Amino acid sequence: MRDVAVIGVGMQKWGELWERSTRDIFVESALLAMDDAGVNSLGAMYIGSMTPGLFTSQEHLGSVMADYLGQKNIPSARVESACASGGLAFRMAFMDVASGMHDVVLAGGIEKMTDIGGGDATHALATAADMQWEGVQGVTFPGLYAMMAVAHMNKYGTTREQLAAVAVKNHHNGTMNPRAQFRMEVTVEGVINSTKVADPLNILDCSPITDGAAAVILVPADMVKKFKKPGVKVIGSGHATDTIALHDREDLTTLSAVTEAAEQAYKMSEKDAKDIDLAEVHDCFTIAEIIVSESLGLFERGKGGPAVEAGETSLGGRIPINASGGLKSKGHPVGATGVAQIVELTEQLRGEAGDRQVSGARVGLAQNMGGSGGSSLVHILEVM
Amino acid sequence: MPTARSWRAYPQTYRLEAARCSKCGKAFFPPRLVCNKCNGRQFEHFDMKRTGKVVTHTIIRTPSDEFSGQAPFALGIIQMDDGPRLTSQIVDVPLEDVRIGMPVKLEFRRVSSEGEAGAIQYGHKAVPARD
Repeated sequence: MRDVAVIGVGMQKWGELWERSTRDIFVESALLAMDDAGVNSLGAMYIGSMTPGLFTSQEHLGSVMADYLGQKNIPSARVESACASGGLAFRMAFMDVASGMHDVVLAGGIEKMTDIGGGDATHALATAADMQWEGVQGVTFPGLYAMMAVAHMNKYGTTREQLAAVAVKNHHNGTMNPRAQFRMEVTVEGVINSTKVADPLNILDCSPITDGAAAVILVPADMVKKFKKPGVKVIGSGHATDTIALHDREDLTTLSAVTEAAEQAYKMSEKDAKDIDLAEVHDCFTIAEIIVSESLGLFERGKGGPAVEAGETSLGGRIPINASGGLKSKGHPVGATGVAQIVELTEQLRGEAGDRQVSGARVGLAQNMGGSGGSSLVHILEVM
Repeated sequence: MPTARSWRAYPQTYRLEAARCSKCGKAFFPPRLVCNKCNGRQFEHFDMKRTGKVVTHTIIRTPSDEFSGQAPFALGIIQMDDGPRLTSQIVDVPLEDVRIGMPVKLEFRRVSSEGEAGAIQYGHKAVPARD
C-alpha cells in the first residue's frame, strides 16, 4: 500500500439551505476542496450519502455529482453506511489511492434533509435501524440512544448533568466555528429543561436536521510537495460492523464496532489512545459521545461522563473532543458528517482552526458511526 | 409496512416463533439461516415462552408520524426467558413505573395500521407480569 495524504478540504456553512439544491451544495464544497488543493481534475470520486432517495427522491448521486462537477466520465460512486456514509467514502478514497489505482481522489459527503417534513425525516433516519424488529414497535433514534443511556446510567452511575455537559461543551466549541449550524451557548439547566424527546434525552441532547456537504482531496503522500498546501498523512483506517438491532447486543453500555474499528486504526498507525491529541467523534446524541469516548479507549468504561464534566474533553483539556462543535452544534447532514470530521482534523493539524485551535496538535482521530452503532469508521491523521 | 411484508412475519408476530441452533443451542428471534455464534446452519423452531424481564427502557415522547397518536409510550428491550432479546412497547403500567429488571409478559395487541384506512397490524406488547 502507498502512504496517503489529505491535500485539500472544502466545506461551507451548514444549516437549512432552502435556496440551494443537493447538487449545488455538494459541488460548492467539492470546488472549495479542489481549489484548496490546487487541482482541476480528479481520478475518481466517492460520495457518502445515507438516503438521497428518501430525502430528495434522487438516487445515482455518483453520476449526478461527477456531471455537475465537470468531471466527465470519471469513476464516481455513492457509498452508504447510514450516518457513517461519509467516513466510508473517505475510507474508499483512502483505499483507492493506497492501492495505486488513482492519484487524485475526492471523498465527499452530502445530505439534504430539509426538503421533507420532520416526521418523514424521522422515518428516513429510522431506516438505519432494524425496521422490521425495532421500527415496528415505534422505535426512534433518540429512543435507541436513550435506552443505551438508561443502561449506562444504571451500570456506571452516569448522571443527567454529565449528559448535558456534552451539549454545553460542544455548543461552546461551535460558537467558534463559522460553519456551524447552531452557534449558541447552552447551559446544563437549559439542556435538562428542554423539550423531552425520549427519556432521559431532551431536544438539546440531540443533533439537528441539517443540509450540508463536505469534501476532501487525497493523494499519494510522496506527491504532496506538488500541491500548494501542507499535506496531512492518513496513518490509520478502521471499519467494523455490529448487530443491526440494538437488542441483539449483550452489552448495551459499549459500542463494539467502534472498539473494533479503533483497534484496526491504532494498529495500522502504530499509535494508541494515549497518542491522540484531539478527536472528532459521532455525538449524534450526548450519550453517544460518552460511550464512544470509552469505546475508543480514551477513557476507562464508566469514566466518560465524569471526564466531560471535569473538562478533560474541553478545549485546553487533556484530550479535546469535538473542537468543531460536533454533530450537536455544527449540524448533522448524515452523509456529510464523516467527511466534515476529516475537514476539521486537517485544519487543526495544519494550524488553521482559528479560535478553536488545539495548540500543538499533531495526531487527530475521527470516529463516525452508523445507526445505533451497527457500523463505525475510525481514521487517524498526523502532521507530515 | 406493506401487507406482504407483515404477512411474512406472521409466525413471529403471532406465535413468537424462534429458532434454536442445533449445534450450540443459541436461540434467535426472529429465526435466522446462520448462527452468529458458531456458524451452524441447522435449527429447531419453537414458540417462545411469553415471559421475560426489562433490560433497559425509555419513554418515546416525540414519535415518528406513524406512531404520533400513541405518544407518549414506554419502550424497552426485553430479555426473554427463552434466551433471545427483543424490542417492545411496555403498556398497562404508568410510564414512570417501568424499571430495569421488571418481569413482563408479551401479549398480542394492535401495534399500528397502514395509514388511516389501511390494514391493522398486530404484534406483541409487553405488560407487567403479575404472578
